[in-house]
Amino acid sequence: MAGAGGRAPLGLRRWLSSAAPAPRVCVVGSGPAGFYTAQHILKHHGGALVDIYEKLPVPFGLVRFGVAPDHPEVKNVTNTFTQTARSGRCGFYGNVTVGRDVTVPELQRAYHAVVLSYGAEDNRVLGIPGENLPGVYSARAFVGWYNGLPENQDLKPDLSCETALILGHGNVALDIARILLSPLQLLRKTDITDSSLAALACSKVKRVWLVGRRGPLQVAFTIKELREMINLPGARAVLDPADFTGLESAVKDASRPRKRLTELMIKTALEKPVEMQAAAAGAAAPREWGLKFQRSPQEVLPSADGRRARGVRMALTRLEGLGDSAKAIPTGDVEELECGLVLSSIGYRSLPLDPAVPFDSQRGVIPNSSGRVEGVPGLYCSGWVKRGPTGVIITTMNDSFDTAQSLLEDLQGGVLDLSPSREGFGLVESILHSRGVRPVSFSDWEKIDAAEVARGKAAGKPREKIVDPAEMLRIIGH
Amino acid sequence: MKETGEREASATGECPGLWDDGQLGSATLRVTRQKAQPLPGCCLLSAQELGPLGNWDLLYLRWTPLSFANLSYSSENQVTVHFINRDGERLTTTAKEGESLLEVVVNHNLAIDGFGACEGTLACSTCHLIFDKDTFQKLDAISDEELDMLDLAYGLTDTSRLGCQVCVKKWMDGLTVRVPMDVSDMRRQLEVGKQSKQ
Repeated sequence: MAGAGGRAPLGLRRWLSSAAPAPRVCVVGSGPAGFYTAQHILKHHGGALVDIYEKLPVPFGLVRFGVAPDHPEVKNVTNTFTQTARSGRCGFYGNVTVGRDVTVPELQRAYHAVVLSYGAEDNRVLGIPGENLPGVYSARAFVGWYNGLPENQDLKPDLSCETALILGHGNVALDIARILLSPLQLLRKTDITDSSLAALACSKVKRVWLVGRRGPLQVAFTIKELREMINLPGARAVLDPADFTGLESAVKDASRPRKRLTELMIKTALEKPVEMQAAAAGAAAPREWGLKFQRSPQEVLPSADGRRARGVRMALTRLEGLGDSAKAIPTGDVEELECGLVLSSIGYRSLPLDPAVPFDSQRGVIPNSSGRVEGVPGLYCSGWVKRGPTGVIITTMNDSFDTAQSLLEDLQGGVLDLSPSREGFGLVESILHSRGVRPVSFSDWEKIDAAEVARGKAAGKPREKIVDPAEMLRIIGH
Repeated sequence: MKETGEREASATGECPGLWDDGQLGSATLRVTRQKAQPLPGCCLLSAQELGPLGNWDLLYLRWTPLSFANLSYSSENQVTVHFINRDGERLTTTAKEGESLLEVVVNHNLAIDGFGACEGTLACSTCHLIFDKDTFQKLDAISDEELDMLDLAYGLTDTSRLGCQVCVKKWMDGLTVRVPMDVSDMRRQLEVGKQSKQ
């Protein structure tokens, strides 16, 4: 018999055979962090009951609303999440906003442990003049728009210009560039919303610049996304070889990921002349994209009539220090980049959920130690609200397993109050009922899911997302 | 690697990590696999790539009694594979030639948490496995796309591969691969280290 040693003691797995009351755990947020935390607890504790609360009527958070529509492979994680949700020991309660419909202290009274996995629902702002001009959007809102996030459905970005400027060198920036430049026939087969597809069909954008304050050695995107962009059909990479001078030797001793990423950029930059010959020969790609470095946005410039953005004034920078810790210092020189569309992709940000929960507003995270919220026994956090809004799916998976492990250790160590009076959802249900809130169950979601898949089928898409929560609720007869 | 001793576990018998909810938390590899990647096409290629099976007999002779027992009733394309999971446990199973190592883990419900999140579509690095040097050198070439995902793996080594991209072949019989530790394992090791210093 294997598995007896290791992560969870046998006693926990065999919980059902003992007389002790089942620990009730509540998870706030049904994105990857919430589901991976729940999965780990359920898997390593044979008796624990886990309830997942979600603000929207539909589960999976950023897997549904963040992962790009042309990355369906990543969305395969929802198959595992669905297995977890269908477990007899897991409850899903959508359409419940924690902090409004039910407070964290109320959840703490109903559950033996509460895990906050609600992610990063806000974005960092540039804090420069002109930021609120029409034509300037946050990457978060733009991603939410094309992914069908209800709150962003009114964004209706103006895509009537030829040049878009994305501020940021992360994977979200590359996602947006790819969506803006992808051939329509590729997007048509994805679960991108019908309305954003229609808007992209009319888009005049044919050039996208991704601009960062620092240099090629500080880019935050990962190589898979860069390679995808380089290989995008019908779009040409425009990288200035001068930006990469001397970098080959600089990355000789760098970590393998940084080295390979940099080498791919160098290779692409040096290949450019060949491609330009091809372009001259008439095989021109109608669209292009490029990376611009060491430019810090100073002001979004208004058009003559002052009614929309026409460009961004950039402060040129020099780098002080090396590697990840290099700082961009303005040189005093400026440059204006013309563009009609500005997308600010400089990071997401978590918000405090409840006055009862400590929050580090400087770092935008809940202060914690291995997922244990500082100073509040029985309260935990995982995912972006725990460590900040970075990383890929495996980062969040490991991070969530780590939090779940802390919780299991506390259960085992008798740290948690396991009084039977904490009756879990039973208690929350009456609170929600008194406030007129009707939760959406996982089987309700499966009806919405089926409706979406059916609608998509007609159009040859994996699904057509329903973007109006009221319509979701109508489908399930609420 | 945490040394908690190696226990033999026949995955076909009592499933390690199996509990009342069945396969919770393991990848499924069902009909839903999205956007089939240019996977190496294990099942299609393996027959040709196996060649003359030159050293198959040698390997066969070195088999452990457990594998031997399997051979006695199963067809020739059964290969014994050992996985050492994050807890240091040795999980031994019988794989079919042509299966990817990810499929081996999933089909036998081996106790490796979070393995194969993207279900073998080269979109994550959760099926990261570490090989010994000699075996690693004998594996098929690595694609850029696999290297790209490996770059994001935890505990990357010079002999790391993604389990979804390595297909079982006859010469691999007796293969041992190791699951790298994740952050929580490292943390627990740190804590143990701290405690022992106190």
